[in-house]
Amino acid sequence: MSEETTLIIEAGRTEKHYWLDIWRYRELFYFLTWRDILVRYKQTAIGVAWALIRPFLTMVVFTVVFGKLAKLPSEGVPYPILVFAAMLPWQFFSNALSEASNSLVGNANLISKVYFPRLIIPASSVITSFVDFVISGAILVVLMAWYHFVPSWRVVYLPAFIIIAFAASMGIGLWLTALNVKYRDFRYIVPFIVQFGLYISPVGFSSTIVPGRWRFLYSLNPMVGVIDGFRWAILGGESKIYLPGFVLSMVIVGALLVTGIMYFRKTEKSFADVI
Amino acid sequence: MSDTVIKVSNLSKKYLISHQQKERYTALRDVLTNKAKSIGQRVSSPFRRSTPSTPSPSREDFWALKDINFEVKRGDRVGIIGRNGAGKSTLLKILSRITEPTKGRIEITGRVASLLEVGTGFHPELTGRENIFLNGAILGMTKAEIKKKFDEIVAFAEVEKFLDTPVKRYSSGMYVRLAFAVAAHLEPEILIVDEVLSVGDAQFQKKCLGKMEEVGREGRTILFVSHNMSAVSSLCTQGFVLLQGTIQFTGDTTTAVSNYLMFGTDSVYIRRSRKTTDYPVITKAWFEDMGGTRTSQYYTGEPVCLAIEFLNPDAVLTEISLSFWDNLRRPLWNFTHEMYGLDPIPGNPRTIVRIVFYPPTLTIPELLVDIAIGPRGGSPYYDHIIDGVKCTIIEKETTPVHRRYPAWPIFCKTSMSYEMIDDEKQEIGINE
Repeated sequence: MSEETTLIIEAGRTEKHYWLDIWRYRELFYFLTWRDILVRYKQTAIGVAWALIRPFLTMVVFTVVFGKLAKLPSEGVPYPILVFAAMLPWQFFSNALSEASNSLVGNANLISKVYFPRLIIPASSVITSFVDFVISGAILVVLMAWYHFVPSWRVVYLPAFIIIAFAASMGIGLWLTALNVKYRDFRYIVPFIVQFGLYISPVGFSSTIVPGRWRFLYSLNPMVGVIDGFRWAILGGESKIYLPGFVLSMVIVGALLVTGIMYFRKTEKSFADVI
Repeated sequence: MSDTVIKVSNLSKKYLISHQQKERYTALRDVLTNKAKSIGQRVSSPFRRSTPSTPSPSREDFWALKDINFEVKRGDRVGIIGRNGAGKSTLLKILSRITEPTKGRIEITGRVASLLEVGTGFHPELTGRENIFLNGAILGMTKAEIKKKFDEIVAFAEVEKFLDTPVKRYSSGMYVRLAFAVAAHLEPEILIVDEVLSVGDAQFQKKCLGKMEEVGREGRTILFVSHNMSAVSSLCTQGFVLLQGTIQFTGDTTTAVSNYLMFGTDSVYIRRSRKTTDYPVITKAWFEDMGGTRTSQYYTGEPVCLAIEFLNPDAVLTEISLSFWDNLRRPLWNFTHEMYGLDPIPGNPRTIVRIVFYPPTLTIPELLVDIAIGPRGGSPYYDHIIDGVKCTIIEKETTPVHRRYPAWPIFCKTSMSYEMIDDEKQEIGINE
């Protein structure tokens, strides 16, 4: 290491090299994510199975309640697949929110003793949740095989929607993380948001059952766009995207991500003092 | 090789301290209630100009560092010494970018690694091997570097057999050894070390100091904070003495150490940090004569009375431990409840303890005292003030000359009394 860089520390100086710093700390980023994943699957007795059981049982309940009892339309695909195509991004989103919002407080000793771009910590918990997402993706594959369901060519667009799901999780996650450091009672709000969100997002049902004039308003929920996108890509066939709503959802996701990063960076400096 | 690697100019750090608040963090609930209250007041008396422009008494600025200036050249080994609350840790935190300064500017050239704690980020569920990689990354090593040093680290820590055991099953000694081993194999250009050597057994401490000396000989720049004067003296080429947030002295280590020992300590100790804690803390300490008046000097042969005021928010049983030293920090005598068969001090939110010593004829110019407060049984300490207070001893002409330096250890006759103070507002007549 012979590069002679002069580091300047000054009051209120927003780091010019912030993103460069994140790149420099990529190994730490990698190790923290690796630690979170290791610990996650070491600590729980059922480990990986947990990532499978939870979404699977939720899917069963939703299929019974919405598909069998309420007899909601299924866009022409088996109801379990309809539910699971939405369950995947939703589980990812809700796990990411809960994990991220507690991540800084949970790593308080690290934050008060070592410098690194703080963004790494919530980002790594979002990635940890993504591992769960990939694991539970296996259920979808099994479901498809069970019902002899072949996804259309549109499935190639799935990665794009995964990125959008990432952006939504990061955006809201960063807001909650920063607020949780500042106002410690935010941890009571997060489970509520997650639970509430499950009912106002089209997880157990298709968003087509929302009356047309409300659909635009409904798309104010950023997860509506994400879930519709997932269904469009996975289910193919009859599944359609309601475009104005989708665009609105995307704009909101973008706005949340940008403001989330801005707010996080603004408060980041004082984390070590208040945590 | 005498270029400046660290240049600090006009550095200040301010903390905002809330007095009444017991919680360490803000709750949104409280913020909302306060907002609602102030709106309510404005509605109920809209014409009275509210006067909140005067700062509320519950919040207060506290300057942990005031206008610090210094330079460190390449290869310097600087010991930073000062009493508790002098701002040493804040300075290190700012230098390691953990917290931001309020004013001023720092320029650092070269790769910095700071070691403010051993074993930061160790996860109890992970194995020794996994933790080496994780901790290394946290301290700023690359994966390749850790791999290269892995065997060395394991050998240094002496944990070969337990590499694949989760560290939660390690003994505390093994844990600390492993943690320090990782840190010791850092190869930065500038190493910032807080008091981390106070852990582990004596043999291991020696090994750590040896490792630090080795690092120093390689020409790296070291900033080292410690209360261990002999460690500072043997390791450092330069010393900075911090006093109440300002640099009081910079120069060679020997002068800095004696300067700190002589002037760093007053006859009165007053806790500077106003942070509220939920464990007992020593707030004041001073010497008194037998009439109860504050003093800073005694004549040889006179009894010495030390008064200690402490807060005990949860009103737990406490015990005081004291160590007395002479001006060259040679040990004189100790005091613990156990040694004298005394009961713990009953729990009370605020207590003043007076301990009177009847020492043998002392013919030393000064008496330095370390003060600690701990739970029943003595340790681990809740609060420990090294070089807390000092007093001067004036020699009477009649002192026999053959007792220049008292034999050690001295068992001193003592008596102890305490006074419970219920009224929070009552102040004793000592001003800062």
